Amino acid sequence: MTTTATSADATAPGEVLLAVDGLRVAYPGRGLRRRPTEVLHGVDIALRPGETLGLVGESGSGKSTLGRAILGLAPVTAGTVAYRGRDITHAPRAQRRELAREIQVVFQDPYGSLNPAHTIGRILEEPLTAVRAMTSTAAQARIAALLDRVALPAGAVHRLPREFSGGQRQRIAIARALALDPRVIVCDEPVSALDLSTQATILDLLTEIQETTGVAYLFISHDLAVVRRLAHRVAVMYRGDIVETGTGDQITAHPEHPYTRKLLMASPVAHPARQAERRTARAALAEG
Amino acid sequence: MTAPSAAAETAARPGLGTRLLRNPLAAGSSLVLALVALAVVLAPWIAPFGPNEGDIADAHQSASGSHWLGTNAIGGDIYSNLLHAGRYSLTGAALTLAVASVLGITAGLLAGYFRGWFENAATAVIGLLLALPGMIVLLAARAAFGPSLWTSMTIVGILAAPAYFWVVHASVSAVRREPYIDAARVSGLSDPRIIRRHVLAAVRGPIFIQTAAVAGAAIGVQAGLEFIGLGDPNMVTWGTMLNDGFKDLYAHPMLMIWPSLMVSTVCVAFTLLGIGLRDTTEGAAAPRTRRRKRPTPSPTAARTADRDGALLSVRGLRIGYPQPDGTVTEVVRGVDLDIARGQVHGLVGESGSGKTQTAFAVLGVLPEPGHITGGSVLFDGTELADAHERTYAPLRGLRIAYVPQEPMSNLDPAFTIGYQLAEPLRRRMGMSRAQARTRALELLDRVGIADPEGTLRRYPHEISGGMAQRVLIAAAVACDPDLLIADEPTTALDVTVQAEVLDLLRDLRAERGMGVLLVTHNLGVVADLCDHVSVMRAGEIVESAPAARLFDAPQHAYTRELLAAVVDDEGPARPPLSTPNEPVPREAAE
Amino acid sequence: MLSYRLRRTLSGLRQLAAATVVSFLLLYAASGDVARNLMGESATREQVDQKAAQLGVDQPVWTQFADWLGGAFQGDLGRSWFTGQEVTEAIGIRFPVTLSLIVGTTVLTALLSAVLGVWAGTRRGGADRFVQVLSVLGVALPGFVVALVLVTQFAIRLEWFPATGYTPVEVSFTGWLKSITLPVVALTFGGMVFVTQQLRGAVIDTLRQDWVRTLRTRGLSSRRILFVHVLRSAAGPAVSVLGLHFIGLVGGAVIIEQVFTLPGLGQYTIGATASGDLPVVMGIVLLTAVVVFAANLATDLAVGWLNPKARRS
Repeated sequence: MTTTATSADATAPGEVLLAVDGLRVAYPGRGLRRRPTEVLHGVDIALRPGETLGLVGESGSGKSTLGRAILGLAPVTAGTVAYRGRDITHAPRAQRRELAREIQVVFQDPYGSLNPAHTIGRILEEPLTAVRAMTSTAAQARIAALLDRVALPAGAVHRLPREFSGGQRQRIAIARALALDPRVIVCDEPVSALDLSTQATILDLLTEIQETTGVAYLFISHDLAVVRRLAHRVAVMYRGDIVETGTGDQITAHPEHPYTRKLLMASPVAHPARQAERRTARAALAEG
Repeated sequence: MTAPSAAAETAARPGLGTRLLRNPLAAGSSLVLALVALAVVLAPWIAPFGPNEGDIADAHQSASGSHWLGTNAIGGDIYSNLLHAGRYSLTGAALTLAVASVLGITAGLLAGYFRGWFENAATAVIGLLLALPGMIVLLAARAAFGPSLWTSMTIVGILAAPAYFWVVHASVSAVRREPYIDAARVSGLSDPRIIRRHVLAAVRGPIFIQTAAVAGAAIGVQAGLEFIGLGDPNMVTWGTMLNDGFKDLYAHPMLMIWPSLMVSTVCVAFTLLGIGLRDTTEGAAAPRTRRRKRPTPSPTAARTADRDGALLSVRGLRIGYPQPDGTVTEVVRGVDLDIARGQVHGLVGESGSGKTQTAFAVLGVLPEPGHITGGSVLFDGTELADAHERTYAPLRGLRIAYVPQEPMSNLDPAFTIGYQLAEPLRRRMGMSRAQARTRALELLDRVGIADPEGTLRRYPHEISGGMAQRVLIAAAVACDPDLLIADEPTTALDVTVQAEVLDLLRDLRAERGMGVLLVTHNLGVVADLCDHVSVMRAGEIVESAPAARLFDAPQHAYTRELLAAVVDDEGPARPPLSTPNEPVPREAAE
Repeated sequence: MLSYRLRRTLSGLRQLAAATVVSFLLLYAASGDVARNLMGESATREQVDQKAAQLGVDQPVWTQFADWLGGAFQGDLGRSWFTGQEVTEAIGIRFPVTLSLIVGTTVLTALLSAVLGVWAGTRRGGADRFVQVLSVLGVALPGFVVALVLVTQFAIRLEWFPATGYTPVEVSFTGWLKSITLPVVALTFGGMVFVTQQLRGAVIDTLRQDWVRTLRTRGLSSRRILFVHVLRSAAGPAVSVLGLHFIGLVGGAVIIEQVFTLPGLGQYTIGATASGDLPVVMGIVLLTAVVVFAANLATDLAVGWLNPKARRS
């Protein structure tokens, strides 16, 4: 925490932007004398500028907890989270507020992640005026640019979240994440609640934003196919550990860990004949 | 996949004040309270006499020009006394409100937002306060501190603080879990700002409602205390007037009636204000459901010819939801569907396409006020379109069964798995307790549950989602149904569990020759299980074809669009990031 | 389940102890010169000091508490400062009256709320509005106003019930029933609405649960779904409110006893507090704390039985 951040401004492209080392997270047990439950058992990841690291796993694997720990929303018991070489594991509130300009989030739930009582304008304005201390006029211009960035009409500012579809709300959440020009966005299942066709357009939008702004994503999902489409590298999580890391093609073509194989074989293919083949392969895997 | 958001939601709503004035209950009661408050404040100027000012010679006069409501036992003017007394009564209530709200709201906010030790300490203190009988505390305090109105009302305030704590804590805890609060924190907003902008706004409504309730209660408690002679003897209040009146109830009942009326009016006004506030802040009451009076759908009997042999045959099915403005919103508009015995028919569509509504219509469990507005649902010769419960009696749970989407919310949390499995076996199939138990064990074993004995004894919250879904499938196939309606049966499950559940459904279908209506949005699941597929969009079926043909040669543009949007693991993955000073490791591609 | 019972009992005992200690210390610390009040202004200093020593109020408050507690464990709550009567004996005579009232009210409240709550929750519409009107009246009209209306109508005009007084149950059952009917009705009228509203809301919420639909698809009758499944889930919160209502009654009965001049704890309490007879007040505080402890425990166990999930926390 004593490392100064000033030198980090000249981040070289190959340098690690966000490094997680031996991270353990445990939630306190309920009631008296209950043992805490550890959900991450020492996880290491590294994220480079402009990179997407996909994190795939089933419910309870700890993938979302890892994202929350990076954002300072989960109780870390051991290990470190470092942003540009600076330890931010237990950053105090004031430092966290500064980090808001660097690390942002898009949550799964496009309904719950926007305050239902606030207009879109108010939602997008909040970080701009409160954190970047922008004037109202400057903020208005920035909001218009942000809405344009996520392909929403400028008139959206006067409307409430409930007037938008799930996909549109997720665009608003992305615009809010972009408001502070962060270097890292933690995307926690951003397309899981969306319909098929909307899912694809949001994934395309995320890719396009990355290509123009160079933001890095930690992309968390339960869906290997989705992760592989967006991620430069994929990490497979299972019961609080990362069991395998590799490129998307490596993971799907040559899965090393038995769990990765099981996960892959269990994902149905949207074609009857090819799915029948996969089913046979899965049965063989289960027996062999 | 619940009912469509039927109520067309209005755009930006007017401010709370405006909405309040539009609510007749709130506006009326506010007006009454304002008048009472005004009269009380102006008492020194508008009351014809001072408090208890009068001549003993004028005692017990009835209403007259000089004494509008008559006089009391010492000749005091009742009308003037009522006005003067109101000052103490209302100030006392205000004191209670101030104490209760400051303590309760602050503690509730802090405990709900920051959690930790403060929450534990606060809930312990509140628990203690709630466990104290309020009246005994008040009496004990009077014994210790003497008969002071202000002391009593302060204590009432402390005792009423849990009422605020309760609602504020509950609302804040609920808001605290909302992702938008996490998002605000990640946006770099400070805690005071988050509390002010996001949390307080959410608890404002409940606080107002609670204030109206506490104010009414404070007036009532104060009057009650003084009524039984525990007031400050030197003050004229509504309560002491009641006390005086009660002593002479039989001879001069009017002495009792006027202050009673005053107290009741104020209490009723506060209560009605609370209800008005609740209605305005929580949105108007749900549209009233009238008794059924609907046009009976005309079964299209003419076309039965082409429906022979089908287990389930749906023709021109329409489903509508009546709106508050009298119109009916149709969510399903003319669906045709045939399922043969032993066939798995996939009904695919995106959210809001009407696929779940169609399934509910077949089962006869459309959520109120939705109903079938037209068409025919023929199950093995029985017409089910808007049929009476009696028509369904021999079908549901015996020949038609249902597997829901969300395993956890579809088991009754208060009963064991064993009870819930055995109940239909005993009630519907007439098995004895022992028979039902044996059968339940067989079923659990059949759906692949490792420890059937132990599972029977467990409650739903003690098993995993995958196990719960197996239990629900076991319950559905318990009666060997002819038709199984499965609504997104694997959507809530992990993909590895999904594969196992799909295998189970496939085996059961083969084993029992059930027809299956499989509602899903997942084309992979369709490819895995279905013989025939219908694609639904906006309440209509756009394409219906055998599975192989639909995937290989989709006819409708929407089907093609859906298939194109599928993200699966067969296409190329995104290549690794290449950077100037760190090229892609060659070995990665192997 | 066993550990759940144990945990609830221990937490109740903690509350009981806390309420007793806090009450004692506040009461005795805040009381003035008791001996002087008793002896009057004319008594000499020595006489007053002698009286204080006799009552034990010259001791530090902790010592007094230790003495009182020691006695309480042996069933001795001391004597009234004014009448010299044993506190346990005085309370023993009056408690059955108050207990009749609060138990009678709780039973009537439970019955009426169950009927009205389920009716309004399932039928909505007109039933809902009826319950709403009843609720407004029940909440808004102070209990003593209702009591006065009942007395004038049913006791004075129709003479169906006695206006005042109490007949012990061992003297005459019908007499007892008649003497508590009006007070019980008056008490029920005000408190019933909270339980009814709670149950109505819970029934409506529960009927919307997914599992209700699933039970329907299994062909179970609507009656069985409502009375076996829905009611069990919906009853939990209503029972909690009923428990709180019972506690409120322990105090609320005081006013009603006054209106009907019932010889219960109410009048005795008022008298003792007005005169500052602390041993009596303390005895009543202890009794009510024990009643509250028992009520809370019963509520917790009932809720735990109704809702298996509640047993965990």
